[in-house]
Amino acid sequence: MKNLWFHLMPYKDLPDDFRDEHPSVWVDIDAGLLDAKRVHEHYNEYLDELEYAGESGFDGVCCNEHHQNGYGLMPSPNLIASTLTRRTTKPAICVMGNSLALYNPPTRVAEEFAMLDCMSGGRLIAGFPVGTPMDTIFAYGQNPSKLRDRYYEAHDIVMKAWAEPETFSFNGRFNQLRYVNVWPRPVQQPHPPVWIPGGGSVETWRWCAEMDYVYSYLSYFGYKAGAATMQGFWDEMDRLGKDRNPYRAGFLQFVAVGETEQEALELYREPAEYFYGRCLHVNPKWASPAGYQSEATIRAKVQSQVALAAQASRAGSGPKAGPMGAAREWKDILDLGYVIAGDPDQVAERIREVCINLNVGHLMLLCQFGNMSTELAKYNTRLYAEKVLPQITDLFDDQWEDRWWPKPLIERAVPRDLPVAAGG
Amino acid sequence: MAHERTLTVGGHPVRVLEDGQGVGAPAVFFAGIGGLPRWIPFLDHLAASRRVIAPSLPGFPGATEFRHLDSLLDWIVHAVETIEALDEHPVDLLGSSVGGALAAEVAALAGSLVNRLVLIAPFGVYDEADPAADIWAQVPGPDSIPNLVCKDPENWKAAWQLPEGAEAIDFQVMHSRAMEAAARLLFPFGDTGVVSRLHRVTHPTLLLRGDEDRVLPASYNERFRAALPGEVRTATIEAAGHLAELDAPEATAREINAFLADQEFSRSEA
Repeated sequence: MKNLWFHLMPYKDLPDDFRDEHPSVWVDIDAGLLDAKRVHEHYNEYLDELEYAGESGFDGVCCNEHHQNGYGLMPSPNLIASTLTRRTTKPAICVMGNSLALYNPPTRVAEEFAMLDCMSGGRLIAGFPVGTPMDTIFAYGQNPSKLRDRYYEAHDIVMKAWAEPETFSFNGRFNQLRYVNVWPRPVQQPHPPVWIPGGGSVETWRWCAEMDYVYSYLSYFGYKAGAATMQGFWDEMDRLGKDRNPYRAGFLQFVAVGETEQEALELYREPAEYFYGRCLHVNPKWASPAGYQSEATIRAKVQSQVALAAQASRAGSGPKAGPMGAAREWKDILDLGYVIAGDPDQVAERIREVCINLNVGHLMLLCQFGNMSTELAKYNTRLYAEKVLPQITDLFDDQWEDRWWPKPLIERAVPRDLPVAAGG
Repeated sequence: MAHERTLTVGGHPVRVLEDGQGVGAPAVFFAGIGGLPRWIPFLDHLAASRRVIAPSLPGFPGATEFRHLDSLLDWIVHAVETIEALDEHPVDLLGSSVGGALAAEVAALAGSLVNRLVLIAPFGVYDEADPAADIWAQVPGPDSIPNLVCKDPENWKAAWQLPEGAEAIDFQVMHSRAMEAAARLLFPFGDTGVVSRLHRVTHPTLLLRGDEDRVLPASYNERFRAALPGEVRTATIEAAGHLAELDAPEATAREINAFLADQEFSRSEA
């Protein structure tokens, strides 16, 4: 299996009364809370952490795109990825990803991803999310009823721009480009691996299967809440006659490793409560603009809500916590599986179980979350890399080939002043 | 009891509800946000003195297909062809809210189809200094849209009450489809640029709005009035929100009937 180290880059100084006194961490977050000098420190610490993870045994490092967001200081993940091409030598660089419909023209994504693939010597994983409503509809003003069609069209442009040997014209529904001929082209041919971060929509699962892309479920609510979605994904793969190669899937999980269980429980409580208490304080008015979800998804959701309500009334109580109405207390965060915490053996055992049960070959790990200090983030990273990773890294590899992993150049250039040699 | 039939416009089925008797131009109603899940009392009050025809706009209840419409021009062509397909033009064209935006465009660009124009809190303009509510950024829940578009949310809920024998899930999907259709046409501001075309609207026009419209400020109707070159009557409906026809069906219909009757009177005098 593959272990990837994922950074969200949260702002660490959201005040204690953030939930009560501020409307939202996203879209209309109070700009008065931002201290650019702190952001300067954050970026440098966060890049240190990514570089540290990338050189300590993780298979890949991940960054992602959010806009007007207090827990994601990466409106441009490609800027972050570009520094990682120079400051890491081994790991895959997983940009998770560029929200395709937000780029005008979408060939910009083809160009920048090609640059990253060339700069890194073929280490890029190209993530193509639709993007959340907060990012796409409200921060970037996309029409919710056209977003998906624009996304699919932008995808077609990017893939064609990488594949087509001749200059071509693209006369699309939303994009008219007379001369498409991106320079440079990616090192990886025919194209870098494509991963699709998505929610639980059947259309996305089918599309990933059809296109032979990795489906990545990036939820903040851990393996228990994610199990039903991954079950739905694999059921759909069965229906479509696809194999159960776990590398078809990616999954995000928070981890908190200590030398002992007790130490983990003590060390990671504050950053976890910061993340679930403050970083996920999103005004629900941003969550579901009409048109963002397809009719089929709405229909499925209404049906499952009806079923859930029936179930809850039979059980005599509602669910303990659901997405965005999330638990915020450490005990609940642990009980619900948002964060896997413990000593290295406990974490390894649980991770193995999660990967097997959810049948996930690409595990994206959040080792820094909330206002965790850079020292603690590195501690968590080191313990995971040294003591957890070796226990699980061989999982699946006797049975399955990862056809969705970058194929870097064997001999790669390295920055002049880095003492580390490239290779392998 | 309203009659229902189906027209084909641009290759897609469009439900048409109609009722009332009369010899003059029929009143054609383009509904406001959400559309017409059923025939509403407002239309009964109108139909007491004239023929009333309510064709569904794309994506609204009664016309499921709308995602082929990309540009404003696509929507306007569809609205024009809807009036043409009714084959009774010129008509007295009434539009509320979302429907008002399209009614104004039809009058501006296909003026010969229209006899007189009635706009109830039409979308079409936006002012950063006096912003409209963001109807697409609402806390999910059964009350948020009703509270926003009606003075009394029960008036919206009465219109959207599940008909006997109807499937609840279908009804909910129909509702979200209607909200999406409005977004497709108007997101993010509802500013269609119509003001630059209103100089073409020379029809006698009645501009209405509810005095408690929580969606569009009063200044928006004023912008329409200032840009319309012809004869314009304005009126405010008391105790009514954005969809005045739901909150105050009788008063709204009374203003419209009076306007249309006065026009007929002044014409017969001339």
